[in-house]
Amino acid sequence: MLNVYNILETIRMIQDECLDIRTITMGISLLDCIDTDIDRACEKVYEKIVSRAGRLVAVGQQIEKEYGIPIVNKRISVTPIAMLAAACPGGDVVKFAKALQRAADTCGVNFIGGYSALVHKGFSAGDEALIRSIPEALAVTDNICSSVNIGSTKSGINMDAVALMGQIVKETAQRTADRDCIGAAKLVVFCNAVEDNPFMAGAFHGVGEPDCEIHVGVSGPGVVRSALSKYPDASINELADIIKKTAFKITRMGQLVGARASELLGVPFGIVDLSLAPTPAIGDSVAHILEEMGLEMCGTHGTTACLAMLNDAVKKGGVMASSTVGGLSGAFIPVSEDAGMIDAATAGVLTIEKLEAMTAVCSVGLDMIVVPGEISPETISAIIADEAAIGMVNTKTTAVRLIPAIGKKEGETLEFGGLLGSGPVMPVKESSAAKFISRGGRIPAPMHSLKN
Amino acid sequence: MRAVVTVIGKDNVGILHKVSGICAEMGANVIEVTQSVLQDMFAMIMLVDITGMDKDFAELVDRMSALGSELGLSIHTMHEDIFNSMHSV
Repeated sequence: MLNVYNILETIRMIQDECLDIRTITMGISLLDCIDTDIDRACEKVYEKIVSRAGRLVAVGQQIEKEYGIPIVNKRISVTPIAMLAAACPGGDVVKFAKALQRAADTCGVNFIGGYSALVHKGFSAGDEALIRSIPEALAVTDNICSSVNIGSTKSGINMDAVALMGQIVKETAQRTADRDCIGAAKLVVFCNAVEDNPFMAGAFHGVGEPDCEIHVGVSGPGVVRSALSKYPDASINELADIIKKTAFKITRMGQLVGARASELLGVPFGIVDLSLAPTPAIGDSVAHILEEMGLEMCGTHGTTACLAMLNDAVKKGGVMASSTVGGLSGAFIPVSEDAGMIDAATAGVLTIEKLEAMTAVCSVGLDMIVVPGEISPETISAIIADEAAIGMVNTKTTAVRLIPAIGKKEGETLEFGGLLGSGPVMPVKESSAAKFISRGGRIPAPMHSLKN
Repeated sequence: MRAVVTVIGKDNVGILHKVSGICAEMGANVIEVTQSVLQDMFAMIMLVDITGMDKDFAELVDRMSALGSELGLSIHTMHEDIFNSMHSV
């Protein structure tokens, strides 16, 4: 039954506490667009995306009106393009990126994700060509996101791919140095990548997914912080209960929007991703939730424990609210996209080492971290390897999205604008890991991968 | 299908009249109204049946929102499903 308190609470969440649907993402399979002629393949890709997602933005806007809830992004994820590139060896893979950009422009979506390769056990045809084309692809397009999966609990870590990705991340930043190195902000390196992730830059449409489906990513750090602020003296388990109840409400809204979008577009409903996704806007920060729990500043001792509790409570509350939870589902900690994290990093309280520890207990990884422009590719690779090891051993998704600030040093900042925010250049260790990275090969899968 | 119209802001002459007038013009039937005036703050929640509307629901949302701007009030028009799904198991 409707009651006045509930109605006003919902309106307050949306009006004052930045509650929104972060994204509705349409996953589209491009497996039927494979062709030995790259130009023909690109045309098929464009046609398929436009035919499926042509109404996505209009439907998103209609739902925004119906429910009075903002839907910040309308996005598309596609089959990893390396699989299409495999069929046309020798072709210019960047043509696929341009075709995706053309489709993004026609559909009016914010991003298309899936300029991706899955190389956790090794490179197959198309993979290496796609990876080597990433710097150019992200420099000549605006709305295309790229991801590479270099490891998994089941297969270990492909250290050749880790070494290559260090170079690619650096080169991607260099190619877009005149635009605050924005290319690197659209590139993520995964361990245990998920196939139904609606969030960028890591969204792609896995091969086990249906032809076309709708995913929803919710948001709501501001709502959680506000709920906690009403109980300044509650114990930690009481706080966990408050977070669970709040996450339930947020997720129900995601479920409703997803079901409605699926009905209006006539495609199956995929998943609701429970992640608490922050924005640089005031009052929409995951760091501020942790500070509300009693930390003077995010990044200080106790941060990992608070984050572990938050992440777990969000899942417990959310999982009952949706019939199909999936994606990454956890609390995000992208430094440049979170006002509290930016402050903590600028103050030197939040460091890369602490962030690495935090990624062991939350979704997703070292995300949107600006590092000095002089960083070597080997150091980037070593950071990727560390993070992938955490994901591999803990059977969870981890990711690295570093932005080398070309021409900048510690103390300076990069300004991306919009949801990507801005980030201070954070220091990295000076000691080299080049010898380790140059060895290549594969880190074998851990013992607990043998479950059968 | 029902929608909830909430009006919050400084009290003034004729708010209820203007809001329900738009409902009538658009064919939305007012089912229930709860309102209170505390000091000079006006808060009203109106439940309307939108099944028989002869116009788009989006148009009702836009007209209410425009009325809110005109009167300096915060007016939200939302489908009731959002409240039902968020606040009940």
